[in-house]
Amino acid sequence: MARALINVPPTAKPGAIIEIKTLISHPMESGYRVGLNGQIIPRDIITTFVCTYNGEEIFRAELSPAIAANPFLSFFTRATVSGTIAFRWTGDNGFSVSESAEIVVE
Amino acid sequence: MCRLLVAGLLLWSLAAAAEIPLAERRSGAAMMGPDLRAMQEDDSANPAGLWLLDGAALWSRRLGEAGQSCADCHGDVTTSMAGVAARYPVVDLAGGPPMDLEQRINLCRTTRQQAPALALESRDLLALTGLVARQSRGLAIAIDDGPAAQPFIAAGRALFLRRQGQLNLSCAQCHDDNWGRHLGGAVIPQGHPTGYPLYRLEWQGLGSLQRRLRNCMTGMRAEPYAYGSAEAVLLELYLRWRARGMPMDAPAVRP
Ligand code: HEC
Ligand code: HEC
Repeated sequence: MARALINVPPTAKPGAIIEIKTLISHPMESGYRVGLNGQIIPRDIITTFVCTYNGEEIFRAELSPAIAANPFLSFFTRATVSGTIAFRWTGDNGFSVSESAEIVVE
Repeated sequence: MCRLLVAGLLLWSLAAAAEIPLAERRSGAAMMGPDLRAMQEDDSANPAGLWLLDGAALWSRRLGEAGQSCADCHGDVTTSMAGVAARYPVVDLAGGPPMDLEQRINLCRTTRQQAPALALESRDLLALTGLVARQSRGLAIAIDDGPAAQPFIAAGRALFLRRQGQLNLSCAQCHDDNWGRHLGGAVIPQGHPTGYPLYRLEWQGLGSLQRRLRNCMTGMRAEPYAYGSAEAVLLELYLRWRARGMPMDAPAVRP
């Protein structure tokens, strides 16, 4: 089971700029390395990351083989209303992990 | 006569390889750039946090013949393991060889849980070691250096001073005599093990102090000590004693 660490401030003032940080465990195998048996190690990466705020997409990233293992992404958004900030990572071999956090805006 | 002179010079150069005065010791973190330091200090950016999550799950998993979890006996890890890692490796009062934290955890696995030992450097053992080490953050390294420990610390120091490998180098030549200077792109640190197990960007994962030592030995073109070997644990003991009183910052981040 892939582990993910997310950091969203639990509360914010309306209109405040907040930083969101995410970290997920993943080998990000590039597909260019050769294993001990002389064969190419097949590519196994996260390809897409999407963040939604009460269902609306606010951030998306396409990941490439050049990105190191255990990708860390941080970005900013404006706190508008209380609700759920949801995260989804998808990738090769059916990789799919979802997480979410609640934020209170008042 | 000539030989005596050479021997004398050699002795003198050994003596010149002075230990770093206690007040001048600095952790490897102090020699990193601000980005990496920030990554180490921010729990949501330090990738070792992913291993800590694994460790917490393992801490409460019941297993083995005894069907007991670490938590069943030790309770809350944040209280029962506070300060424990700062004392390791420990010397057996019965006079046996020193035991490091990984070996101590495996001892509970085999004798208390009656489960097979975890492989050294396996993800699960690193996760548990990281979790236990995390509970000593900010605490001073406190190695017992009483009479029972003295001969083992001295043996570890002898390994640290011993020249070896095709490059005929000792650990001390880099970490006592030339710290702060550059070796290729890297700054030579003093080599204080305050942050292990740690996340090394080059490894893209968590690794133990012994893995780090094996990297240095490969760099010296010496045959690395095997994981869990007597030499590796002696060296660990000496390094931790050398860093006595320095605050723990495990799990740290290194380039
Ligand atoms: C040729 C110089 C050299 C020798 C000899 C050498 N090391 Fe190192 N050592 C380094 C460098 C350079 C680094 C840091 C590498 C990096 O950051 O990429 C390092 C890192 C370390 C660290 C990690 C410190 C930290 O802050 O995490 C320890 C511990 C260490 N060495 C111990 C040893 C021991 C024990 C030996 C002898 C077996 C040894 N080294 C031999 C150059 C050396
Ligand atoms: C059946 C009870 C039991 C279980 C299960 C158990 N332990 Fe222990 N553990 C002990 C006892 C009792 C001691 C101290 C006495 C001794 O030296 O054996 C100890 C000592 C330790 C110590 C050394 C503490 C010190 O102060 O030096 C560590 C570290 C440790 N255990 C970790 C673990 C971990 C990690 C697990 C799970 C993988 C675990 N233990 C499972 C009973 C247990």
